[in-house]
Amino acid sequence: MTKENIVLKYLRKEMDFPNVWCPGCGHGIVLTALVRAIAKTGWTKDEIVMVSGIGCSSRAPAYLDFHTLHTLHGRAIPFATGVKLGNPKLKVIVITGDGDGTAIGGNHFIHVCRRNIDLTVILFNNNIYGMTGGQYSPTTPSEAYSVTTPFGNIDRPFDISKVAEAAGATFVARSTAFHAAALENYIYKGFQHKGIAIIEAMTQCPTCYGRKNELKDGVAMMKWFKDHSISKAKFKKLSSESPESIDPDDIVTGIFVERDDIPEYIESYQNIVNSLLNREG
Amino acid sequence: MQEKFILGNEAVVEGALVAGCRFFSGYPITPSSEIAEAFSRELPKLGGVFLQMEDEIGAMGVIVGAALTGHKTITATSGPGFSLKQETLGFASFTEIPCVVVNVQRGGPSTGLPTMASQADLMQSRWGTHGEHPIIVLSPSSVQECFKYTITAFNLAEEFRTPVIFLMDEIIGHLREKVRIYDETEVEIINREKPQVPPEEYTVYKDGDKLVPPLASYGTGYRYHITGLAHNRHGLPSFSSETVIKLSERLHDKINKNLDKISIYNEFFMEDAEIVIVAYGSTTRSAISAADILRKKHGKKVGVFQLVTVWPFPYAKIDEFNSMKEIVVPEMSLGQLRGELEKQIINAKEKLIGVNRIDGYMITPDEIIEKTLRGVK
Ligand SMILES: Cc1ncc(C[n+]2csc(CCOP(=O)(O)OP(=O)(O)O)c2C)c(N)n1
Ligand code: SF4
Ligand SMILES: [Mg+2]
Repeated sequence: MTKENIVLKYLRKEMDFPNVWCPGCGHGIVLTALVRAIAKTGWTKDEIVMVSGIGCSSRAPAYLDFHTLHTLHGRAIPFATGVKLGNPKLKVIVITGDGDGTAIGGNHFIHVCRRNIDLTVILFNNNIYGMTGGQYSPTTPSEAYSVTTPFGNIDRPFDISKVAEAAGATFVARSTAFHAAALENYIYKGFQHKGIAIIEAMTQCPTCYGRKNELKDGVAMMKWFKDHSISKAKFKKLSSESPESIDPDDIVTGIFVERDDIPEYIESYQNIVNSLLNREG
Repeated sequence: MQEKFILGNEAVVEGALVAGCRFFSGYPITPSSEIAEAFSRELPKLGGVFLQMEDEIGAMGVIVGAALTGHKTITATSGPGFSLKQETLGFASFTEIPCVVVNVQRGGPSTGLPTMASQADLMQSRWGTHGEHPIIVLSPSSVQECFKYTITAFNLAEEFRTPVIFLMDEIIGHLREKVRIYDETEVEIINREKPQVPPEEYTVYKDGDKLVPPLASYGTGYRYHITGLAHNRHGLPSFSSETVIKLSERLHDKINKNLDKISIYNEFFMEDAEIVIVAYGSTTRSAISAADILRKKHGKKVGVFQLVTVWPFPYAKIDEFNSMKEIVVPEMSLGQLRGELEKQIINAKEKLIGVNRIDGYMITPDEIIEKTLRGVK
């Protein structure tokens, strides 16, 4: 059986196709990696809840045959937190974008990392606000062009994985749409992790970002990911041996955090509940 | 039944627990914080969930998400936090997710008068979120009513699949009174309707069917999509004129065609009244004592009409007051309630008398008496 069939199994039949994404958009690749990772878990469709905010990336859940909740710009994490606390047996997956997750929803993003509640967050980072036509986002590189940085971006971008780590996330990984197999693997590991898992998926927006920054289409952008990605191990090696050889624009990929020494939020809460129930009874 | 001497804010918690609510999320703000504090003590003992979020927007998202797992959920806030919740309130209204949102009104605008009372969020509770949406808003005037109508708020939320706003004010939130707490066998409790059809036949709503569709909880075998975009019966985005118009009509009809169940009001001394005082919330208390004094001391036939359900507004009932000589409207705002009455009262300028205060203090019976005796000038 080909891998394609696995994805088809999860598509929602009432949904209109083709999907909303532009030709060459990376979001479909990330979504495919995500669905393949889900297929590996053995979870049933009925136990999966997929929650998203607003953006091109956040349109993904509607195509899938799970409990899908397309919420408000920046708010996927709170809704997902409510679902998980309401029924901890459910597997809750958050789909968000760089704008959705780290601009308008940045507060929720850092706090969910700190809280270490058992959710898997897939953040589609295309360095731009795709849905609204290509305004710069918190991850748009310095000097890059966008429809609201016509003279080049003077902001400094977030490194989302570092933000997640600093905020206390217990699983953090990053890969790109070019490295779809690694991405799938990280997402799968995120699912296995008990606690908050943040997977940053670098994805391309040829329509809004590429067009303005001399990357003419999806293929050119995928190639850029291929040429400018560097593994965590290689990055570490180069940092000590020849730091000057590292291109500051390069994307470091890999699993950055994976720890199981921090209690998961719902377990801690349940411990309090249990101790109170025991005291009463 | 049990008697307790507690705050209005605490009575909300008692009511919520009796209604079957086991889920609170909020963010601290005066004068509502006692609600969060009481929930944080009580819910873990009952196996329920308490979560203090990083802000009010987050708390609102949490309670809407949790409602989809079958929980009855609640949050509590005051002015600045109520402003932050508006976008999500609209989402809950449009996607028909039941929940209860308490706003203990304090003086505004902005940070305003954090520890003092106000009724200036009346219009915000109706129109605070963007777009046209139906909403139910209840307002209590005593600690007993905090208990009683919190249960009603959950019942209406569940029956009509809508957020219900519980519009209190600082005076009622911080008032300590004796209340009778009934248990769940002594009061009516309504739970949302669950689907009866097999999962493959379930849709989030059906065209030309019931006004309030059943709501399937996550994890029970019914998979469907929810979006704040205009949506068809599968819950999937659809912008066709027909779908959009029908959806909006149904959402409004489910409230407007059920006013007999939703519209709650109390009448005092109304049988022979020639003058009516229309009030809600803490102001009702001053209105009742003013009416009493006006009758006993001044021989005026004054009655009181208390709105418990402030939205949807009881226009048909208000229409009856066209036969009154005077209509007195005390409120801790510049005249939001009076403005709504103006829509229904013929020659409103010659009949409506406003008694208004915006400095955070309660309107006294004397102020109402004085304005009533002076008449429309
Ligand atoms: C409160 C609010 N503000 C602004 C918007 C407009 N808006 C919709 S999507 C979006 C940006 C999405 O960017 P991102 O999350 O990076 O997703 P992408 O489209 O790039 O996948 C914005 C600003 C909105 N829907 N809601
Ligand atoms: S605008 Fe960009 S992110 Fe959105 S669908 Fe098109 S390519 Fe993808
Ligand atoms: Mg983006």
